[in-house]
Amino acid sequence: MMIKLLGWRLAQAVFVVLAVGLLTWFLVQALPGDMAWRIASGRYGYDRVDASAVARVQQELSGSLQQGSALLHWLYDLLQFNFGRSLVSGEPVMDELRWQLSQTLALAGTSLLLTILLTLPLGIWAGCHANGKLDRALFWLSALLKSVPHFALGMLLIVLLALQLDWLPSAGHGELRHFLLPSLTLALSLTAVGVRVVREATYQVVTSGYYRWGAQKGLAPATRLRRHGVRNLASPVLTWFGMQFVWLVEGVVVVETLFAWPGMGHALVHAIFARDVPVIQASAMALGLLFVLLNMLVDAGCYLLDPRGARA
Amino acid sequence: MSLSISRLMGLLMLCLLLGFAFLLPLIDRGDPLEQDLLRILHAPSSGSLLGFDHLGRDMLPRLSAALRLSLGLAALCVMSAMMAGVVTGVFSAVYGGWLDRLISLLGDMCLALPGLLLVLLLAAIAPDSPGMLWLGISLVLWVEFFRVTRATLRPIVHAPGMQASRLLGFSAFYRFRRHLWPALAPILMTLILFSFSSAIMAVSALGFISVGVRPPTPELGLMMTELLPFAWEAPWLLLQPVTALFLLLISLNLLMHKERK
Repeated sequence: MMIKLLGWRLAQAVFVVLAVGLLTWFLVQALPGDMAWRIASGRYGYDRVDASAVARVQQELSGSLQQGSALLHWLYDLLQFNFGRSLVSGEPVMDELRWQLSQTLALAGTSLLLTILLTLPLGIWAGCHANGKLDRALFWLSALLKSVPHFALGMLLIVLLALQLDWLPSAGHGELRHFLLPSLTLALSLTAVGVRVVREATYQVVTSGYYRWGAQKGLAPATRLRRHGVRNLASPVLTWFGMQFVWLVEGVVVVETLFAWPGMGHALVHAIFARDVPVIQASAMALGLLFVLLNMLVDAGCYLLDPRGARA
Repeated sequence: MSLSISRLMGLLMLCLLLGFAFLLPLIDRGDPLEQDLLRILHAPSSGSLLGFDHLGRDMLPRLSAALRLSLGLAALCVMSAMMAGVVTGVFSAVYGGWLDRLISLLGDMCLALPGLLLVLLLAAIAPDSPGMLWLGISLVLWVEFFRVTRATLRPIVHAPGMQASRLLGFSAFYRFRRHLWPALAPILMTLILFSFSSAIMAVSALGFISVGVRPPTPELGLMMTELLPFAWEAPWLLLQPVTALFLLLISLNLLMHKERK
């Protein structure tokens, strides 16, 4: 079971490399307009670009593009993580990627942590006290919040917390307080659905036979939740968190762009503007592989929690 | 299907938005691109109900055109995704074997990359083409239709009723209509609404990061990016596309809403 799951994830990783490789290949083939102009203006700024700069870029390109014109060679390079140099900054892509990856992971990690801190206590409380005041309030709150896409939510938070109240910086990077708005944006969107999932899972556990039997044995509510509740809760909740990674990766791309966070999503979007093919390749592949890796970890976690494997 | 209060509210809101998007151009002949530079950032007044944006364009026809684009593109995506997903799902469930495995593999390949990433890369290949947006979003959405169709129909294909129909010599089309379609239809409705709202979100998210449609085309996400720098001077402008998107999504969520147990 475990081997089969891991094998499937490995196949998925191969798909990611193939998909990114083929799509960027078509990208290079289909690029309209003069690539050299776009790259030169990305490098020197739109106002200062001139024909001599373009000629220099063209010279650099003619070397790298002709060599890469064989599709197999292209894919082979990708498999070795050999992305080359960024066409805009001229730096090796891997160096930039390492830094961006750490930033993206920090942002995604903080958001996940914040989500867990928000969903678990609220969801478990709501599930234990089904149809109570908090449960009903959370129901409507999450229904409302679910209808606000993450970018709109981020923007509203900027306008409200940064512009109107002046509590938090709207953009910037390096200090702890800069983490707050972007990760809060991601965490709130995730929490909107997450609270409901945790609440449902808790409700299922609390109303089950074995849980009531715990009460008959005379266990204190806290002990009962710890011994019989948490582990049974964990499997569906972890599976749900696993399914949210798609969402998290998409959210990271959008939220990083909104808050000018120097991570991979930001790099990807800007590389698409500047037609910086190596960076597009590297960041799309890194995001895709990260997604597969996280899924693999969740599979393993679910298996460890519930070796019957029924829910994985 | 009886209409609960929340479903009714959702339906009403959706109809209002549809009316605003598709009927407004019949009454009001405003041009979403026409500029009036003397009226930049004008507040809403009796002449123009929603005011003017930072380039002096009337927000009323702009918002209507943006909704038209979102709704139209999303509907197109969902329709093509549903056709592809249901047809492949039915074939997969009925014939099984290598065909089933091949289509499943294809679906898994489409989902190997997170959806938005796939659409982003496709949008990078041909910038400013709604065609690519359509292709990308449909490629992501069809898999869900395929999986649900396949999973729903599989047990029915092997059920005695279906086998009896085949033994009696009824045509494939009759068998589909009599046995498969009734099981599939109610599930499809929820799936359509769900895909519709994810398509709308995807279109506006791409507009928001300026990778989808390009200015000056009015699009909800793009309008938000354009109007964000003016959030201080004219907050009502920024609120308009946000509200429109919010109402659209919440109306779909309300329609999907199941009665609470």
